[in-house]
Amino acid sequence: MEPFRTLTSLAMPLDRTNVDTDQIIPKQFLKRIERTGYGDFLFFDWRQTPTGEPIADFVLNDPRYKGAQIMVAGKNFGCGSSREHAAWALSDYGFRAVIAPTFADIFYSNAGKNGIVLVKLSEEQVDELLKNASTIPNYQLTVSLEAQTVTDGRGFNASFEFDAFRKFCLVEGLDDIGLTLRHAAELDTFEKQHDAANWLKAK
Amino acid sequence: MSNPKTLFEKVWEQHVVVEPKGEPTLLYIDLQLLHEVTSPQAFEGLRLAGRKVRRPDRSIATVDHNVPTTLEGRLNIVDQIAAKQISTLRQNCADFGIELYDVDSRQQGIVHVIGPELGITKPGMTIVCGDSHTSTHGAFGALAFGIGTSEVEHVLATQTLPQSKPQTFRISVEGELPQGVTAKDVILAIIGKIGTDGATGCVVEYAGSAIRSLSMEGRMTVCNMSIEAGARAGMIAPDEKTFAYLRGRQFSPKGDAWDKAVAEWSKLPSDPGAMFDRELVIDAATLVPYVSWGTSPGMVAPVTANVPDPANAATDIDRKSFERALEYMDLKAGTPLAEIEIDRVFIGSCTNGRIEDLRAAARVAAGRKVSSHVSAMVVPGSQQVKAQAEKEGLDRIFREAGFDWREPGCSMCLGMNPDILSPGERCASTSNRNFEGRQGRGGRTHLVSPEMAAAAAIAGHFVDIRTWEVREEVIA
Ligand code: SF4
Repeated sequence: MEPFRTLTSLAMPLDRTNVDTDQIIPKQFLKRIERTGYGDFLFFDWRQTPTGEPIADFVLNDPRYKGAQIMVAGKNFGCGSSREHAAWALSDYGFRAVIAPTFADIFYSNAGKNGIVLVKLSEEQVDELLKNASTIPNYQLTVSLEAQTVTDGRGFNASFEFDAFRKFCLVEGLDDIGLTLRHAAELDTFEKQHDAANWLKAK
Repeated sequence: MSNPKTLFEKVWEQHVVVEPKGEPTLLYIDLQLLHEVTSPQAFEGLRLAGRKVRRPDRSIATVDHNVPTTLEGRLNIVDQIAAKQISTLRQNCADFGIELYDVDSRQQGIVHVIGPELGITKPGMTIVCGDSHTSTHGAFGALAFGIGTSEVEHVLATQTLPQSKPQTFRISVEGELPQGVTAKDVILAIIGKIGTDGATGCVVEYAGSAIRSLSMEGRMTVCNMSIEAGARAGMIAPDEKTFAYLRGRQFSPKGDAWDKAVAEWSKLPSDPGAMFDRELVIDAATLVPYVSWGTSPGMVAPVTANVPDPANAATDIDRKSFERALEYMDLKAGTPLAEIEIDRVFIGSCTNGRIEDLRAAARVAAGRKVSSHVSAMVVPGSQQVKAQAEKEGLDRIFREAGFDWREPGCSMCLGMNPDILSPGERCASTSNRNFEGRQGRGGRTHLVSPEMAAAAAIAGHFVDIRTWEVREEVIA
């Protein structure tokens, strides 16, 4: 996983609430058995008509936001299905951070595992960023995970909370299984005792 | 009692492997359910890292999301990418020694239907699956939650997951449910009340006399949609009904082991005086049958209500979302919900594809005919549900009424197989998500109970099921 410390980038406003993972990556692309190549299908049904014409007023098609690595969106971003394909599509497309008032739990964890930083700000702060990003040309934001701040170099300065351990993993780009295996001895001991509890056996 | 604990806390504490300082708890996972869509990349990850599956005996797999629901379609899957995904699961299960209930197995079905029905799901367990509706299994007093593919790989490799402890939220539904109000209406009402992020970060325990009065199938329907309220998991305390459901199932404990298990399971319910981070009490008598009108499961209203007016939304961004939803759904504010005409009906899914759901829908459909402008299908949740329904003659009732009777799978709940809505089609669906395009691009989904779906199929529009006359003579 690519480490994340500080990122400065153009910010793309997605002025919608409850953006669900079915929209982020529609089901027809979940049949693939690979982990890469989902970026082309990000927001597929919002991006183009059924006949494949680009929908001009969808923000991802707006040339002003080309190359944006930071997205600003409404509350409950990433709700719905547990598909990690949603995180794969965002990161494959180039997004490294999403700023919203709230995120759905499973998406939150999937994003972290793919080096995407999810920043929770208040609804008022997000509103301000949505407005700025849609009205100020080439509106740049800096997300610093190390300092836990979002700034725009023109007066906006907000700090956010972030779980310390998750931050450590993202900053270092660490793989979870490796981390868990540090506890192999405890796991062996626990599992032996636990197996004796017959009523917790799967089969 | 010195230190009263909640059901959740008891299950959590029994699974703590280690609590490293400043890190999430490492939680032992008793059971992982696997299916074709969210597992291929996890197995691939194991191979790349040269890792094994730590406990193949603590996993089972089935095919459900992709499989066609016609017999012919299943024998020869035309969609080559879907076929590849299914054959990949076969290969992975064979390579790593995991039991698979394949397309032709008598135990095949939607993961969340077969787990309980095989007696693999048990009270007090921790259960995960790469599917957000894993919360279903919480109906048995298990801690069950959906995970992403990286976590699937993590569980395969270590049989554990690092988890930060969620908050607890008790939702008590007290009193008697009025006639015509089902488990589906209970959960739709809860989501409508607290919102789609109302329980984010929480494990919900559903309690109260109305919840206890539900059958195991009904309890599964409630826990199933916990995720639609943002919850990490939903749980219901195990009781005599839970034990009666599990007794004698294929993988339930037998003989002495059964008695011991029941003794342990009986210790799980929340202790009197146990504290929850949040509480909500709902009066069952206030509940009615609901219909969703928008593109998020929180957008629900009583069947007797009208499509709401976005002008009344609380915030600017909410109003925009409401307007967008109405535009997508092609609905006008003020239209009575009962006047909305439908084109399709889907009865099935892990929310409402169990035997009791089919019985309820069949009662409504018995002796009647599906409206001439509606095409309706019934997709049993599993092979066992299908066999039982056929034994009871439910398939005959449905067929005579003009419903399509299909093979088990997820089907039009998410439309990954050939069962999809065409653009603009409007569907009364017993599934769990009314997101844009969920059942097919441009398709319009209204979430309802099985009874309401069956009645809508016959009337051609939504009806208040409380006014429906069941033709008892036909059922006998
Ligand atoms: S029936 Fe629907 S919600 Fe349930 S597992 Fe299948 S796709 Fe997911």
